[in-house]
Amino acid sequence: MSNKKRLFIPCDEANHTCDKTQYHEASLWEKIKLNIHLIYCRACRKYTKNNTTLTKLIKNDQVECLETSEQNQLKNAFERELAKHK
Amino acid sequence: MSVHKINPNDWINQYSDYLFNYTITRVKDRETAQDLVQDTFFAGLKSMKNFKGEASERTWLVSILKRKIIDHYRRINSKKGQAEVRVNFSADSDNEGSWIEERVADPFDRTAEDTIENTELGLAIHNCISKLPAKQAQVFKMKSLLGYETEAICNELDITASNLWVIIHRARTAIATCLEKNWF
Repeated sequence: MSNKKRLFIPCDEANHTCDKTQYHEASLWEKIKLNIHLIYCRACRKYTKNNTTLTKLIKNDQVECLETSEQNQLKNAFERELAKHK
Repeated sequence: MSVHKINPNDWINQYSDYLFNYTITRVKDRETAQDLVQDTFFAGLKSMKNFKGEASERTWLVSILKRKIIDHYRRINSKKGQAEVRVNFSADSDNEGSWIEERVADPFDRTAEDTIENTELGLAIHNCISKLPAKQAQVFKMKSLLGYETEAICNELDITASNLWVIIHRARTAIATCLEKNWF
Protein backbone atom coordinates (compact mmCIF):
# COMPACT_ATOMS: atom_id res chain seq x y z
CA MET A 1 0.00 0.00 0.00
CA SER A 2 0.97 3.63 -0.27
CA ASN A 3 3.54 5.15 1.97
CA LYS A 4 1.80 6.73 4.90
CA LYS A 5 4.23 9.63 5.14
CA ARG A 6 3.52 10.91 1.64
CA LEU A 7 1.98 14.33 1.69
CA PHE A 8 0.75 14.59 -1.87
CA ILE A 9 -1.80 11.97 -2.89
CA PRO A 10 -3.16 11.09 -6.34
CA CYS A 11 -6.72 11.96 -7.29
CA ASP A 12 -8.21 8.49 -6.87
CA GLU A 13 -6.99 8.34 -3.30
CA ALA A 14 -8.36 11.83 -2.67
CA ASN A 15 -11.76 10.76 -3.98
CA HIS A 16 -11.69 7.68 -1.82
CA THR A 17 -10.94 9.77 1.26
CA CYS A 18 -13.68 12.18 0.25
CA ASP A 19 -16.19 9.33 0.07
CA LYS A 20 -15.11 8.15 3.48
CA THR A 21 -15.43 11.65 4.92
CA GLN A 22 -19.09 11.66 3.89
CA TYR A 23 -19.66 8.87 6.40
CA HIS A 24 -17.25 10.23 9.00
CA GLU A 25 -14.90 7.33 8.54
CA ALA A 26 -11.73 9.10 7.43
CA SER A 27 -8.90 9.57 9.89
CA LEU A 28 -7.45 12.97 10.71
CA TRP A 29 -4.29 12.33 8.70
CA GLU A 30 -6.35 11.27 5.69
CA LYS A 31 -8.41 14.43 5.95
CA ILE A 32 -5.26 16.56 6.12
CA LYS A 33 -3.94 14.88 2.99
CA LEU A 34 -7.25 15.37 1.24
CA ASN A 35 -7.26 19.06 2.05
CA ILE A 36 -3.71 19.50 0.82
CA HIS A 37 -4.75 17.79 -2.39
CA LEU A 38 -7.78 20.04 -2.74
CA ILE A 39 -5.59 23.15 -2.60
CA TYR A 40 -4.14 22.44 -6.01
CA CYS A 41 -6.64 20.08 -7.70
CA ARG A 42 -9.65 21.75 -9.20
CA ALA A 43 -11.37 18.57 -10.38
CA CYS A 44 -11.32 17.06 -6.91
CA ARG A 45 -12.56 20.30 -5.41
CA LYS A 46 -15.58 20.03 -7.65
CA TYR A 47 -16.10 16.38 -6.78
CA THR A 48 -15.84 17.12 -3.08
CA LYS A 49 -18.32 19.95 -3.38
CA ASN A 50 -20.84 17.78 -5.22
CA ASN A 51 -20.33 14.93 -2.83
CA THR A 52 -20.87 17.10 0.22
CA THR A 53 -24.02 18.56 -1.28
CA LEU A 54 -25.35 15.09 -1.94
CA THR A 55 -24.71 14.09 1.66
CA LYS A 56 -26.53 17.17 2.90
CA LEU A 57 -29.51 16.39 0.69
CA ILE A 58 -29.70 12.83 1.90
CA LYS A 59 -29.37 13.82 5.57
CA ASN A 60 -32.58 15.67 5.06
CA ASP A 61 -35.22 13.87 7.09
CA GLN A 62 -37.64 13.68 4.20
CA VAL A 63 -35.62 11.02 2.48
CA GLU A 64 -36.96 7.80 3.89
CA CYS A 65 -36.59 4.27 2.78
CA LEU A 66 -37.72 0.83 3.84
CA GLU A 67 -35.59 -1.26 6.13
CA THR A 68 -34.34 -4.45 4.53
CA SER A 69 -36.51 -6.52 6.85
CA GLU A 70 -39.56 -4.42 6.08
CA GLN A 71 -38.91 -4.81 2.40
CA ASN A 72 -38.57 -8.58 2.73
CA GLN A 73 -41.80 -8.74 4.66
CA LEU A 74 -43.49 -6.80 1.91
CA LYS A 75 -41.93 -9.03 -0.70
CA ASN A 76 -43.19 -12.19 0.97
CA ALA A 77 -46.72 -10.90 1.30
CA PHE A 78 -46.63 -9.76 -2.28
CA GLU A 79 -45.40 -13.06 -3.63
CA ARG A 80 -48.16 -14.92 -1.84
CA GLU A 81 -50.65 -12.59 -3.45
CA LEU A 82 -48.94 -12.86 -6.81
CA ALA A 83 -49.24 -16.64 -6.77
CA LYS A 84 -52.99 -16.31 -6.49
CA HIS A 85 -53.13 -14.29 -9.68
CA LYS A 86 -51.17 -16.62 -11.89
CA MET B 1 -50.14 0.36 -28.95
CA SER B 2 -49.00 -0.15 -25.41
CA VAL B 3 -45.59 1.39 -24.87
CA HIS B 4 -45.20 0.32 -21.27
CA LYS B 5 -45.33 -3.26 -20.17
CA ILE B 6 -46.43 -4.43 -16.79
CA ASN B 7 -44.27 -6.82 -14.85
CA PRO B 8 -45.28 -7.32 -11.22
CA ASN B 9 -42.25 -9.46 -10.37
CA ASP B 10 -40.05 -6.40 -10.25
CA TRP B 11 -42.41 -4.08 -8.48
CA ILE B 12 -41.08 -4.48 -4.98
CA ASN B 13 -37.46 -3.95 -5.90
CA GLN B 14 -38.14 -1.10 -8.24
CA TYR B 15 -40.87 0.92 -6.66
CA SER B 16 -41.30 0.06 -2.99
CA ASP B 17 -38.87 2.72 -1.79
CA TYR B 18 -40.24 5.36 -4.09
CA LEU B 19 -43.82 4.66 -3.06
CA PHE B 20 -42.85 4.40 0.59
CA ASN B 21 -41.15 7.77 0.49
CA TYR B 22 -44.16 9.22 -1.27
CA THR B 23 -46.45 7.87 1.43
CA ILE B 24 -44.37 8.68 4.48
CA THR B 25 -44.33 12.37 3.63
CA ARG B 26 -48.10 12.28 3.59
CA VAL B 27 -49.07 10.05 6.51
CA LYS B 28 -46.13 10.47 8.92
CA ASP B 29 -46.33 6.98 10.29
CA ARG B 30 -44.09 4.16 9.17
CA GLU B 31 -46.51 1.33 9.78
CA THR B 32 -49.46 2.98 8.11
CA ALA B 33 -47.25 3.91 5.19
CA GLN B 34 -46.08 0.33 4.86
CA ASP B 35 -49.64 -0.95 4.91
CA LEU B 36 -50.70 1.54 2.30
CA VAL B 37 -47.84 0.60 0.02
CA GLN B 38 -48.72 -3.05 0.40
CA ASP B 39 -52.39 -2.33 -0.33
CA THR B 40 -51.32 -0.45 -3.42
CA PHE B 41 -49.32 -3.37 -4.74
CA PHE B 42 -52.22 -5.74 -4.12
CA ALA B 43 -54.70 -3.43 -5.78
CA GLY B 44 -52.29 -3.09 -8.68
CA LEU B 45 -52.20 -6.86 -9.07
CA LYS B 46 -55.95 -7.07 -9.06
CA SER B 47 -56.43 -4.49 -11.75
CA MET B 48 -53.44 -5.45 -13.85
CA LYS B 49 -55.74 -6.19 -16.75
CA ASN B 50 -56.88 -2.60 -16.82
CA PHE B 51 -53.37 -1.29 -17.29
CA LYS B 52 -53.35 0.23 -20.74
CA GLY B 53 -49.69 1.04 -20.98
CA GLU B 54 -50.27 4.72 -21.57
CA ALA B 55 -48.35 5.73 -18.47
CA SER B 56 -45.33 4.13 -16.91
CA GLU B 57 -45.86 1.47 -14.29
CA ARG B 58 -44.71 3.81 -11.57
CA THR B 59 -47.10 6.59 -12.51
CA TRP B 60 -49.87 4.06 -12.55
CA LEU B 61 -48.98 2.71 -9.11
CA VAL B 62 -48.67 6.22 -7.70
CA SER B 63 -52.16 7.02 -8.90
CA ILE B 64 -53.47 3.96 -7.05
CA LEU B 65 -51.48 4.95 -4.00
CA LYS B 66 -53.00 8.44 -4.03
CA ARG B 67 -56.47 6.89 -3.80
CA LYS B 68 -55.32 4.67 -0.96
CA ILE B 69 -53.99 7.64 0.97
CA ILE B 70 -57.21 9.56 0.51
CA ASP B 71 -59.18 6.53 1.66
CA HIS B 72 -56.94 6.27 4.69
CA TYR B 73 -57.70 9.84 5.74
CA ARG B 74 -61.42 9.35 5.18
CA ARG B 75 -61.33 6.31 7.43
CA ILE B 76 -59.55 7.94 10.36
CA ASN B 77 -61.68 11.03 10.02
CA SER B 78 -64.91 9.13 10.38
CA LYS B 79 -63.50 7.36 13.42
CA LYS B 80 -62.61 10.59 15.09
CA GLY B 81 -66.06 12.02 14.63
CA GLN B 82 -66.73 15.59 13.93
CA ALA B 83 -65.03 17.12 16.94
CA GLU B 84 -63.87 20.56 16.15
CA VAL B 85 -61.80 22.79 18.34
CA ARG B 86 -61.83 26.50 17.84
CA VAL B 87 -59.31 28.65 19.61
CA ASN B 88 -60.34 32.18 20.24
CA PHE B 89 -57.59 34.35 21.56
CA SER B 90 -59.39 37.60 22.10
CA ALA B 91 -61.91 36.11 24.54
CA ASP B 92 -59.21 35.56 27.12
CA SER B 93 -58.53 38.99 28.51
CA ASP B 94 -55.57 37.95 30.66
CA ASN B 95 -53.53 36.91 27.72
CA GLU B 96 -54.61 39.68 25.46
CA GLY B 97 -51.93 40.67 23.03
CA SER B 98 -49.62 37.82 23.89
CA TRP B 99 -50.91 35.72 21.03
CA ILE B 100 -49.04 37.92 18.62
CA GLU B 101 -45.79 36.48 19.85
CA GLU B 102 -47.02 32.96 19.24
CA ARG B 103 -47.96 33.91 15.74
CA VAL B 104 -44.65 35.42 14.74
CA ALA B 105 -42.91 33.36 12.10
CA ASP B 106 -39.97 31.44 13.40
CA PRO B 107 -37.08 32.18 11.06
CA PHE B 108 -35.54 28.80 11.79
CA ASP B 109 -38.71 26.92 11.15
CA ARG B 110 -39.31 25.27 7.81
CA THR B 111 -41.54 27.17 5.50
CA ALA B 112 -44.16 25.50 3.36
CA GLU B 113 -41.93 25.90 0.33
CA ASP B 114 -39.09 24.10 2.05
CA THR B 115 -41.32 21.22 2.98
CA ILE B 116 -42.67 20.81 -0.52
CA GLU B 117 -39.19 21.04 -1.90
CA ASN B 118 -37.95 18.40 0.50
CA THR B 119 -40.78 16.05 -0.36
CA GLU B 120 -40.03 16.33 -4.02
CA LEU B 121 -36.35 15.99 -3.37
CA GLY B 122 -36.92 12.69 -1.62
CA LEU B 123 -38.74 11.41 -4.67
CA ALA B 124 -36.06 12.73 -7.00
CA ILE B 125 -33.39 10.91 -5.02
CA HIS B 126 -35.31 7.65 -5.07
CA ASN B 127 -35.87 8.10 -8.75
CA CYS B 128 -32.11 8.38 -9.25
CA ILE B 129 -31.40 5.43 -6.98
CA SER B 130 -33.81 3.25 -8.93
CA LYS B 131 -31.79 3.93 -12.07
CA LEU B 132 -28.66 2.46 -10.53
CA PRO B 133 -27.67 -1.17 -11.00
CA ALA B 134 -29.30 -3.30 -8.29
CA LYS B 135 -26.14 -3.95 -6.31
CA GLN B 136 -25.10 -0.29 -6.22
CA ALA B 137 -28.57 0.76 -5.22
CA GLN B 138 -28.66 -1.75 -2.40
CA VAL B 139 -25.25 -0.83 -1.00
CA PHE B 140 -25.90 2.87 -1.30
CA LYS B 141 -29.22 2.58 0.47
CA MET B 142 -27.82 0.54 3.31
CA LYS B 143 -24.90 2.86 3.78
CA SER B 144 -26.45 6.27 3.29
CA LEU B 145 -30.11 5.99 4.10
CA LEU B 146 -30.22 3.24 6.69
CA GLY B 147 -26.84 4.15 8.17
CA TYR B 148 -25.36 0.66 8.46
CA GLU B 149 -21.73 0.26 9.48
CA THR B 150 -19.27 -0.59 6.73
CA GLU B 151 -18.45 -3.91 8.34
CA ALA B 152 -22.08 -4.90 8.71
CA ILE B 153 -22.71 -4.34 5.02
CA CYS B 154 -19.55 -6.20 4.06
CA ASN B 155 -20.61 -9.19 6.12
CA GLU B 156 -24.14 -9.22 4.88
CA LEU B 157 -23.31 -8.93 1.19
CA ASP B 158 -20.03 -10.80 1.40
CA ILE B 159 -17.81 -8.14 -0.17
CA THR B 160 -14.54 -6.53 0.89
CA ALA B 161 -14.31 -3.03 2.28
CA SER B 162 -12.44 -1.67 -0.73
CA ASN B 163 -15.04 -3.26 -2.97
CA LEU B 164 -17.72 -1.47 -0.98
CA TRP B 165 -16.01 1.90 -1.33
CA VAL B 166 -15.71 1.46 -5.08
CA ILE B 167 -19.43 0.69 -5.29
CA ILE B 168 -20.25 3.66 -3.09
CA HIS B 169 -18.07 5.92 -5.19
CA ARG B 170 -19.76 4.86 -8.42
CA ALA B 171 -23.21 5.16 -6.91
CA ARG B 172 -22.52 8.63 -5.54
CA THR B 173 -21.13 9.87 -8.82
CA ALA B 174 -24.10 8.48 -10.72
CA ILE B 175 -26.62 9.94 -8.30
CA ALA B 176 -24.92 13.33 -8.30
CA THR B 177 -25.01 13.45 -12.10
CA CYS B 178 -28.59 12.27 -12.17
CA LEU B 179 -29.70 14.86 -9.61
CA GLU B 180 -27.82 17.56 -11.46
CA LYS B 181 -29.83 16.78 -14.56
CA ASN B 182 -33.22 16.39 -12.90
CA TRP B 183 -33.13 18.54 -9.84
CA PHE B 184 -30.80 21.53 -9.83
